[in-house]
Amino acid sequence: MYALCFWFLAVLTIGSACVVAFSKNIVRSAFSLLLTFWGVAGLYAMTGADFLAAAQVLIYVGGILVLILFAVMLTHRITEFKLANDASYTPMSLLAFGSVLTILCWTVGYAVDWQESPLPPAASTEPLGKALMNEYLLPFEIVSVLLLAALVGAAYLARKEVKGGGPAADAAK
Amino acid sequence: MTLLSVIGALIVLGFVATFAGLSTWVERKVSARIQSRHGPMYAGPQGILQFAVDGVKLLFKEDIIPAAADRILFSIAPYIVFMSAFAMFAALPWSRGLTCADLNIGVVYVIAVGGGGVIGILMAGWSSGNKYALFGAMRAAAQIVSYEVPAAIVLLTVVMIAGSLGMQDIVKSQEGGVHHWMIFQYFPFNAIGFILYYICALAETNRTPFDIPEAESELVAGYHVEYSGMRFSVFFMGEYAAMFATSAIATTLFLGGWQPPYPGLFLPDALGVLEGLVWFMLKALTLVLVMIIIRWTVPRFRVDQLMNLCWKVLLPVALFDMMAVGTWMSLEMGLVDFLRAATQGA
Repeated sequence: MYALCFWFLAVLTIGSACVVAFSKNIVRSAFSLLLTFWGVAGLYAMTGADFLAAAQVLIYVGGILVLILFAVMLTHRITEFKLANDASYTPMSLLAFGSVLTILCWTVGYAVDWQESPLPPAASTEPLGKALMNEYLLPFEIVSVLLLAALVGAAYLARKEVKGGGPAADAAK
Repeated sequence: MTLLSVIGALIVLGFVATFAGLSTWVERKVSARIQSRHGPMYAGPQGILQFAVDGVKLLFKEDIIPAAADRILFSIAPYIVFMSAFAMFAALPWSRGLTCADLNIGVVYVIAVGGGGVIGILMAGWSSGNKYALFGAMRAAAQIVSYEVPAAIVLLTVVMIAGSLGMQDIVKSQEGGVHHWMIFQYFPFNAIGFILYYICALAETNRTPFDIPEAESELVAGYHVEYSGMRFSVFFMGEYAAMFATSAIATTLFLGGWQPPYPGLFLPDALGVLEGLVWFMLKALTLVLVMIIIRWTVPRFRVDQLMNLCWKVLLPVALFDMMAVGTWMSLEMGLVDFLRAATQGA
């Protein structure tokens, strides 16, 4: 059962990732990212990282994917645009692909001494929360301030300069 | 175990289908009552079988896919909307010990899978090849993503008080009668939080006064304008499933879940579980009924009013609420520590 679930999720993730990479239609690519994210979340859940799985769905499906879709859909006539992921630099890209694949396979297969955990996976939420609030409080706070700064910056860049007040100015904000 | 969860899922699926059917009937009856009409009367007593008749009609209707549509995406979009609403049901605490999956991250799970509906709506709107559908989908996505923010902050406040993300744990923390329910704890902050969550739930299920994604006077019918037959009814089921799910979450977090208003369950084991289920259903269905009544009594917001309400009213109030509850909690804890130190010193 476990192996069946794993293979299902693995095929789902890799298959939909292939659609993302090879589809000529950018909107379809964006939508098949949904399946990729779900597959990755499922794989997280199977390794016992329950909180990470939920956060993956929450942030990537609920936030980032919606953002990508907005950007794709609001771009004028994006489906008619010819995507440049045809075979432009085949030998070079094959070389790069092959070497990265070799390094990854070597790392997974030989370099790391994998050991099966004797303990069943425990709930990860509480230790995560405690670690964030005690040991790693400063990095956590710095990251949140950084995100806030990015948000303020984005809002500043997107804002229209409006002279004077009135209802038009309110609507523009 | 696996078989049991499959059976559980099928029972819940059957419940959702029946609930969606019956609530369309309730919706039509309530709207008729409010508008001094009779509503459906012919099929069955008071027209209660109208949903079955409608269901058969929708089954036999031609499933039209427009020529301008993207066939694959158009076909699967309704199922993604329905599935993301249905997935929320897995974590709902129906009664004492009666949950499909008692996740220790229940609240995060519910927010996460519930957000998937946006993708289905965008998919439907884009793949229809119709500009009204696309506008509807864009509005829906902007609205749902915005209203998730105050809703999540309100849910966080409850999690802070209950000290757990698990749905059953949150219900257990409200044990002991009506005055222990979350809505009456830390008065009035949690009561405000409940109202905020309910408003956000209305917005996230695209119900009036937040139904601008389907505003028929501007957009024909929004993102599902091109759908007919069975796929249309799947959208409908998704909407009603989401209504029940959000009402059930509001019940779990604020109204004590399956806890009865008197302390403890009266009946022994299995009957007690049934008693809890009855209370849970009563509370959740009442919230659904209020949603229906609200739909037929208030007019629709404009787009800018909707966004102003979310970002300039609901979000600040939700943040203030969380701060207030947090301060109250830490003062309480500080008082306990102070008293302990004082008694030890003496």
